[in-house]
Amino acid sequence: MARIIVVTSGKGGVGKTTSSAAIGIGLALKGHKVVLIDFDIGLRNLDLIMGCERRVVYDFVNVIKGEATLNQALIKDKRVSTLSILPASQTRDKDALDKESVGKVLTELGETYDYIICDSPAGIEAGAMMALYYADEAIVTTNPEVSSVRDSDRILGMLASRSRRAELNLEPIKEHLLLTRYSPKRVTEGEMLSVEDVEDILSIPLLGVIPESQAVLKASNAGEPVILDKESDAGQAYQDVVNRLLGDSVDFRFLVAEKKGIFSRMFGG
Amino acid sequence: MALLDYFLHKKDKPVTTASKAKERLQIIVAHERNNRKVQPDYLPDLTKDILAVLRKYIQVSDESLSINLDNKGGELNVLELNIELHDEQHPQT
Ligand SMILES: Nc1ncnc2c1ncn2[C@@H]1O[C@H](COP(=O)(O)OP(=O)(O)O)[C@@H](O)[C@H]1O
Ligand SMILES: [Mg+2]
Repeated sequence: MARIIVVTSGKGGVGKTTSSAAIGIGLALKGHKVVLIDFDIGLRNLDLIMGCERRVVYDFVNVIKGEATLNQALIKDKRVSTLSILPASQTRDKDALDKESVGKVLTELGETYDYIICDSPAGIEAGAMMALYYADEAIVTTNPEVSSVRDSDRILGMLASRSRRAELNLEPIKEHLLLTRYSPKRVTEGEMLSVEDVEDILSIPLLGVIPESQAVLKASNAGEPVILDKESDAGQAYQDVVNRLLGDSVDFRFLVAEKKGIFSRMFGG
Repeated sequence: MALLDYFLHKKDKPVTTASKAKERLQIIVAHERNNRKVQPDYLPDLTKDILAVLRKYIQVSDESLSINLDNKGGELNVLELNIELHDEQHPQT
């Protein structure tokens, strides 16, 4: 049975698409069959972050409307053969998806894939509800900042009440906290909520902490998910996340500010 | 030694903007979680009535009253009524 994982947040711009791309390709590199679905209808971006934007012919909505088959719409990743991407539509409106058809598509994908990663749109309206409805697990992507934490809590409420698992009284969605754009230096200076603060408030298990990193912009410029940049802090932090999802216990890294060397301290690096 | 504690505390743990953020979040998140709980259908009417009674005596906004039914396990249910008063709204004199 495929694991359906939604990457969600409530608030926009917190790193859902960046995380979906990194985690998706990371799981595929471990030999798993992975499909990444862009649920952000009307604002597709996952294709760009994955570097396959020129290869989009059909999209998720075409499949839902019966205008294309799944195989026609799925884009095979050029780097990892076990990874596919189902792009969102760029033109349709966000109400183009309905529960029943989405359910059918997920069931069909579940016959082939081990992991179905759903990149959610922002907000708590129809689009975001659709992305989380069928989820078995949720990666609640949060920035250490008041409005993001509050929105994440609202999404936790939705996961517990508006998902398929909630409606059918099944075992609840497994929730994971992914803290992104974390800046240990600012935490030390008392300017940013710490990992512990956010854990205290949301009280869900921590899956990972991704530092604020210049590597992320470089990665999206190139269309190469940041996890492929093995030297980078963010890339390594995402690799840890993938390993934890696969059941390894991995120590958390990048939680403390890098100590400046004597030279940079002397010369103000 | 409360005063001394206060200064000692102040010294090693200044009130940072992050701690302020945490405090505010804890309050708002607790409040919003409470509102999400399934509540009996008479609650909106009860809230309205209590607000009307309160307003005979003091000025209160809709938001300053919160009522929830809390299950404390087993048969025990507690109806919690919280009224927030702001100084401007009821001067001490
Ligand atoms: N760890 C990070 N460090 C620096 N910038 C980041 C990080 N994560 C995300 N970003 C940037 O934040 C912006 C929003 O990210 P994105 O993944 O598109 O968010 P969402 O899908 O939640 O809207 C992008 O410009 C991205 O490059
Ligand atoms: Mg996005």
